Amino acid sequence: MTLAQWSFDLLLAGGLLWLGWQALFEKRRFSAVVHFMAFNLLMALVWVRLSAPDIALAEAAIGAGVTGALLLTALGRLPSGTSSGAHPHRWHPHWRYLAVISACISTAWLIAVVPQLPSPGLAGEIEAVMPATGVDHAVTAVLLNIRALDTLLEVAVMLAAVVLVWSLGPTLRPLPPATILPGLPALSRLLHPLFLLVPTYLLWRGTHAPGGAFPAGAVLGAGGVLMLLADEVGWMQRQHWQRLLRLLLVSGLALFVLVGLGGLLMTGTFLSIPLGVARLLIMAVEIAMALSIALMLMALYLYGEPGQ
Amino acid sequence: MSDYYATVAALLCGMAVIGLFRAHDLLHRILALNVLASAVFLLLVTLARTESGTDPVPHVMVLTGIVVAVSTTAAALALTIRAYERRRQREDER
Repeated sequence: MTLAQWSFDLLLAGGLLWLGWQALFEKRRFSAVVHFMAFNLLMALVWVRLSAPDIALAEAAIGAGVTGALLLTALGRLPSGTSSGAHPHRWHPHWRYLAVISACISTAWLIAVVPQLPSPGLAGEIEAVMPATGVDHAVTAVLLNIRALDTLLEVAVMLAAVVLVWSLGPTLRPLPPATILPGLPALSRLLHPLFLLVPTYLLWRGTHAPGGAFPAGAVLGAGGVLMLLADEVGWMQRQHWQRLLRLLLVSGLALFVLVGLGGLLMTGTFLSIPLGVARLLIMAVEIAMALSIALMLMALYLYGEPGQ
Repeated sequence: MSDYYATVAALLCGMAVIGLFRAHDLLHRILALNVLASAVFLLLVTLARTESGTDPVPHVMVLTGIVVAVSTTAAALALTIRAYERRRQREDER
């Protein structure tokens, strides 16, 4: 490894630890949230360094983009004081010192033991079954064919989160930032074609290279949140669009379950896709999933049920 | 290089756990949970790098994990906001 790479890794790790520290132990909320967003951007760089471009794309759009927007909106709604929860029972100082010391000891133990952890090493097995999956990119193959059940359940978890958030009450108003930003609608209109172009490219790429439903859905969702910020998505609030909105929200999960049941009928195993139609079906599920994920990210951002 | 980033992940895990239990503020707790999740993801991806090539399975777990993390963050933030608004309403009524 060259000196430049070493110094880059050193800077990256140093920045990560410092930003993590600031996000965790900074008393002022706004400062902690901004440090956390910068922490996520550095995480995206770390994923690139660890040759995980799929994760880097998703992290940059979700970790730094959507999570940051969610946190900043929540920040605007909470009081400016330091505590928003119930006042917790204060422990005796001895116990607190004991807890901190035991956490430090377990961290030291983790550092000592991490290099000796056994690696799962399924690379060979995945390589062997790749021709039977219908796609050429290993991450997409695992995501939508070999371990499709995990992905199915993950979409179900996300839908459950939307149901929970919406069940708490109507959309919090006013939605856009408290101060009117004159440049925001123009900027979002300018960026909107890019927010459609990039996910389409990522979806098309997903079958053979890093990309696919998750990064595409994340980028599309981040663009959608920007539109929500600029108050450009009026249809989500209108009464007669509500049924279609709910239909689109469940479309990813519904199509996935249908494909799974189709596999059950054709091959006798739930979610097993015959090779002949695998590429086509995976593409269809990917498109529906990307749209669903993007819409669910926007739905979460509303912090309540629209159309009420 | 994997060992180097694994050490960083372990340090972040320790920091996040201490931060999680130290925080009185709900927003700080949510941040600490997110940092902890990032640290665990980092650990998983460093474990994926083996001599025989990169194992895609942990990558997939992290990808789904990121989406689940943003969902739980949104749900927790929504609950925090509603809890605060209820409390403010109660205090106004008094």
